[in-house]
Amino acid sequence: MENQFFVDSEVLSEAALAKKHKLENDPSCRTDHMKYMEGQQQISSDIMQKVMSQVENYDPSVYTANDVMRALDKQNPSVEDLKALLSPAAEPFLEKMAERARIETRKHFGNTVYLFTPLYIANYCENYCVYCGFNCYNNIRRMKLTMEQIEHEMKVIADSGMEEILILTGESKTMSDVKYIGEACKLARKYFRMVGIEIYPVNVEDYKYLHECGVDYVTVFQETYDTDKYETLHLMGHKRVWPYRFEAQERALMGGMRGVAGSALLGLSDFRKDALASVLHMYYLQRKYPHAEISLSCPRLRPIINNGKINPQDVGERQLCQILCAYRIFLPFAGITVSSRESKTFRDGIVKIAATKISAGVSTGIGDHESKYTGKESDAEGDEQFEINDSRSFKQMYSDMSEEGLQPVLNDYLYV
Amino acid sequence: MENDKLVIAGHEFSSRFILGSGKYSLSLIEAAVKYAGAEIITCAVRRANTKEHENILDFIPKGVTLLPNTSGARTADEAVRIARLARELGCGDFIKIEIMRDTKYLLPDNAETVRATEILAKEGFVVMPYMYPDLNTARDLVNAGAATVMPLASPIGSNKGLATRDFIQILIDEIELPIIVDAGIGRPSQACEAMEMGAAAVMSNTALATAGDLPMMAEAFRKAVEAGRAAYLSGLGRVLVRGASPSDTLTGFLR
Repeated sequence: MENQFFVDSEVLSEAALAKKHKLENDPSCRTDHMKYMEGQQQISSDIMQKVMSQVENYDPSVYTANDVMRALDKQNPSVEDLKALLSPAAEPFLEKMAERARIETRKHFGNTVYLFTPLYIANYCENYCVYCGFNCYNNIRRMKLTMEQIEHEMKVIADSGMEEILILTGESKTMSDVKYIGEACKLARKYFRMVGIEIYPVNVEDYKYLHECGVDYVTVFQETYDTDKYETLHLMGHKRVWPYRFEAQERALMGGMRGVAGSALLGLSDFRKDALASVLHMYYLQRKYPHAEISLSCPRLRPIINNGKINPQDVGERQLCQILCAYRIFLPFAGITVSSRESKTFRDGIVKIAATKISAGVSTGIGDHESKYTGKESDAEGDEQFEINDSRSFKQMYSDMSEEGLQPVLNDYLYV
Repeated sequence: MENDKLVIAGHEFSSRFILGSGKYSLSLIEAAVKYAGAEIITCAVRRANTKEHENILDFIPKGVTLLPNTSGARTADEAVRIARLARELGCGDFIKIEIMRDTKYLLPDNAETVRATEILAKEGFVVMPYMYPDLNTARDLVNAGAATVMPLASPIGSNKGLATRDFIQILIDEIELPIIVDAGIGRPSQACEAMEMGAAAVMSNTALATAGDLPMMAEAFRKAVEAGRAAYLSGLGRVLVRGASPSDTLTGFLR
């Protein structure tokens, strides 16, 4: 059964409810999702055209076992080979794909695994993205941390031993503007060796400013590369503009960022097409910006507060594993991050095949690291973006990864 | 063989096998050094620039020369900054320059490497530049004050062996500094071949890091490097000399 995303909250006013329902039921009242909004920088780039022309022509059902075997035999698989590896025809070859992926991962990354943790500093959001816990119509506890609170959270995390942090916010330019995020990043530089951000897409100038504040990695999830589907899921707010989001990573690189990451949120649309688009997006970016460090993630839909039934549909763990093996075989040098959306069992297995980075000590809530890390209660906390699956602490993850025979790496980075 | 030393900027080493320290468990470094018989070990400054928790530098045995590298640098300026930081971190004066503007193949940028070599050599570093085997660049590196030249055999981590064999041979033949073959050496036989060619030393990391039994592979590399060196010193048999040699001499008619 398809996901039922629409949930009405009792606290919404009649007018708000009426607007929400109109957005949900009357496409004509929604803005053009392919048109840039005022203030959104438009860059000249051919990457979108390159990615989307491949994706539009992709029919996963035409590939055969022979195509898959040929792809696996190639030292440098082509885009066509990648399409075969992502197709249903490759499913019976999962073990073979995993073997090949493992060899590539070890060649490029050795027996190591990188650890990081996310830090959400605010969960206000101006968008109505129907599957997200932070969406503006969802009745959750909202919060924006002050600089003192952020520093406190960072201290708690740094004390656990973590050296890499990913700073996140909900997408509200009013409540969490670029300056606010920049100040948080400056603080992060004091406590961590490596600082990444996962915030709303911004213009080149803003990425430049954030880079000066100490950020070097930018993650933006496209959610889905199926523009028609995207339109039905992101009903209101600046995030509605699909092409502006698509070009975020390129603007980040133009702003001087060292690396970028991206992916679709698997389960929203045809996952094979979305996986193909995700990997080609990063592939063409690296071809255009050869110095850029690229990284892929693989988030699947998770339940959220007030809608516990959201699930990743037909993207099971076997499918996810197939996708990640295909990513690795096609882009042996790319980072692959697997978040705490996935289970302990899956993450322990996939780090031996394709993943190079995993999160630990994760909270997707606001200001709750102390209570989560130490058990010390606090009443000033903001609600989570989604439910996590693997809640292992940093310490636990460090020892689990060591036991798997992998060297956990906390920092492999210099801000120069 | 006993008096056969690798000399880098006046420092003498008996071992001609340089070991990498990335890509494997920190707890295995000591055993790797021991079985490889290594006297020089490389370490990325970016890995060393860490908090107390399992700092890689703490795992490197005493008495081994640390060769910090500038991996992560994309320009000469960044490499220079990283080299200076290495010195501040107490890593000594040796520095291996790695400058990459390509994240796919990790191929070194020769022009920037020459620039960084010049700056760092002037600052008293023992500069060991990683480079793509090009004779003109190698000569520029010599003039810039490099202590060795470190051409790549094939892309880092590829384990493909001496893909650039003929060009490395040219460097060995033409450059007076020690030529240390770095990157892409995937098995002991390839290390042995590089040494037979006259390379002064070989460096390897991934081949050991991803071996089933790391200490055993370290030992295999040690033996291979020693065998290759001995073969080179003894003078290889004529069958291996490049070019054909007809049994009836062409000049036999001369009286």
